[in-house]
Amino acid sequence: MTGKNVLGILYSDAYNDNISDLTALRTAGSVPFGGRYRFIDFPLSNMVNSGIIKVGVIAKNNYRSLMDHVGSGKSWDLSRKNAGLFILPPYNFGGGQYSGRLEALRNTMDFIQASKEEYVLLCDTNIICNMDFSKLIKFHEAKESDITVCYKNGKYPQLANLMKFKPEADGRIKKMAVPPQAEAGEGTYGVNIIIMKKSLLERLVVQATAGDYDIFEKEVIMKNLDKLNVYGYEIDTYCSVIDSMQTYYDTNMDLLDPAISADVFNRNNPVYTKVHDDMPAIYGIGSNAKNSVLADGCKVEGEVENSILFRGVQVAKGAVVKNSVIMQSCYIGEDANLNCVIMDKNGVIRPRKSISGDSTYPIYIGKNITI
Amino acid sequence: MARKTECLAMLLAGGQGSRLGILTKNVAKPAVPYGGKYRIIDFPLSNCINSGIDTVGVLTQYQPLELNDYIGNGQAWDLDRANGGVHILSPYQQIQGTDWYRGTANAIYQNINFIDRYNPEYVAVLSGDHIYKMDYAKMLDYHKEKGAACTIAMLEVPWEEASRFGLMFVDDDGKITAFEEKPKNPKSNKASMGVYMFTWSKLREYLIADEAKEGSSNDFGKDVIPAMHNAGEVMVAFPFDGYWKDVGTIDSLWEANLDLLNPVANIDLSDKSWKIYSNNPVNPPQYVAPTAEIQNSLITGGSHVEGTVDYSVLFSNVTVEEGAEVKYSIVMPGAKIEKGAKVQYAMIAENAVVKSGAVVGEDPQECADRDKWGVAVVGPNLTIGENAKVKAQTMVVENVEGGAEV
Repeated sequence: MTGKNVLGILYSDAYNDNISDLTALRTAGSVPFGGRYRFIDFPLSNMVNSGIIKVGVIAKNNYRSLMDHVGSGKSWDLSRKNAGLFILPPYNFGGGQYSGRLEALRNTMDFIQASKEEYVLLCDTNIICNMDFSKLIKFHEAKESDITVCYKNGKYPQLANLMKFKPEADGRIKKMAVPPQAEAGEGTYGVNIIIMKKSLLERLVVQATAGDYDIFEKEVIMKNLDKLNVYGYEIDTYCSVIDSMQTYYDTNMDLLDPAISADVFNRNNPVYTKVHDDMPAIYGIGSNAKNSVLADGCKVEGEVENSILFRGVQVAKGAVVKNSVIMQSCYIGEDANLNCVIMDKNGVIRPRKSISGDSTYPIYIGKNITI
Repeated sequence: MARKTECLAMLLAGGQGSRLGILTKNVAKPAVPYGGKYRIIDFPLSNCINSGIDTVGVLTQYQPLELNDYIGNGQAWDLDRANGGVHILSPYQQIQGTDWYRGTANAIYQNINFIDRYNPEYVAVLSGDHIYKMDYAKMLDYHKEKGAACTIAMLEVPWEEASRFGLMFVDDDGKITAFEEKPKNPKSNKASMGVYMFTWSKLREYLIADEAKEGSSNDFGKDVIPAMHNAGEVMVAFPFDGYWKDVGTIDSLWEANLDLLNPVANIDLSDKSWKIYSNNPVNPPQYVAPTAEIQNSLITGGSHVEGTVDYSVLFSNVTVEEGAEVKYSIVMPGAKIEKGAKVQYAMIAENAVVKSGAVVGEDPQECADRDKWGVAVVGPNLTIGENAKVKAQTMVVENVEGGAEV
């Protein structure tokens, strides 16, 4: 099996509520990340780099920014005569918005059934990870697995319905807990990157529908552990599941570590994104930039340290930006001072204003806000 | 036949640019990198799309591989169109035999069929090796207003440089009264920018006549323009006062890059209303390390800076290691400046490596023989060995051993 035989399905708005500030005006999939990306760029690029050429993106609400970002899919080479990228908004659906991923899948069944691919890879967009899915596909085949769930070890992400399990030595998952509320602690947990045969998914979704339950992890995965071969596949690259504003901040800051950055931006599996045609970044006379990631279109006249600057950010003379994530086209006025701030797009900090959070409690400044 | 196009552009991109030496050994001059993330041809192509010209023929001849690859289907410039778009036009075999493009006029002549498919009223003939931002739509308006057969874009150059250009004499009405090609003692400082707008029916006529004329060099400047002028066609000069640079030499290419850091130079690439598009490689954002010292420089995606960078332009995926110094220099994509190396007043071509302790280029203030000072150049994919030294004005065309001096 190659990627060509796999249909990709992305949930663009899983766990929107965990980062509600950032998703007030957009889906999780279109949350800006890492200087020039959106969350969705990572799973989408992973899919394309693994040979997948048909991807459906399930959208629920506020998906205009998502559509604007992915467009026809050209940047990911998914603008195809056959297959390519499909946005799947709610369709022929009474309730207006889906309440969960199972409902979303049910609603997308026409699209899934009409696809010719034999397998389906389901993936969330709040996962920052550069991962070769073709290895996962090979693993799934070699184990003759019915369902393969990716997993990680470590601190539990603070997400509802997190799959907790301990795979056997051969990777088989026989027991699983899916607590409805987030729990503290650490251990092995499932990351929502799941592969199975399309025909199996179709069958399981119908079965779950009959029961009228809506927790995919519980109804589709956990309840079938004794009937099906479910395997766990350990993610061996850097992988961060964004479950809060704090992890969003920390994961951005992780990019300042060259080793993590080299892993996330693995040159053999490039991360694609929409091209903006900004000019290169300008470092002015008297500027001072240290330990930072900057995108094209930035103009630095002041001081920047331990920060992530997105495209077109301007830091005026005398301004100091430290430990911050500054999104696209923000303007930091003269002698302004920012520390531990997450600043959403198009914001303006007027001259001499000072805002400071803490690395354990970064301050969020909303989109288009002027301070 | 394709849908009628009012104005079509023909971009002359076949030139070798021999004065750029090693930099154009394997690529045509329009494909030479410029300004951190661009190639020279991005300027005329972006000008076309920004001016509303969506049908462009790119005439290639010398080393077309990289240029063809770069232009692709034209998507980067929004020139991938169902009708029109960008077309690469290479010389081709015909029933009468095989022929290279013998001159700029001959190149257009050989593609009359291509132009006729779009049945244009006007044809812009552009050179693929100049850096400038210009609205061809305004030039076309001017051309129509003056009822001209040919309009030539004109720039007033400093008198001391005038002798390097094709000069024009213009009357009060904007009409060109005479031409002078690179005279020793210039009597005009109105230079031709190599940007022409023609009424296609006229140009077509003169191209056919020029082709039939024995002994013609089939060149626009030498043959077609004088012929039109002598026949009394209406020829006007379209004044332009923005930034324009012919990057035909090593020094001018170096200067044109550093002009981007010079506020007086009047070339602004951040203008959102006149974007310069380019075929962007896929790269993560640039990373500036805690040890980096960067002043007055342009740096782009994929670059990794640990050392000192001052008054320089760094292209994509350039690495400047700790303790390395880059000053007044242009470092092209993928090049690596290793620990403690020093690059000054130099151009380092794509994927070249300057090993630790090596010194490339010289500060004019410290150069022993000021008359021999010039920008040092390291060719693509070459390695300058550890502690080697490359003197001013040297063009490195093969690897330099460690400790050697060239």
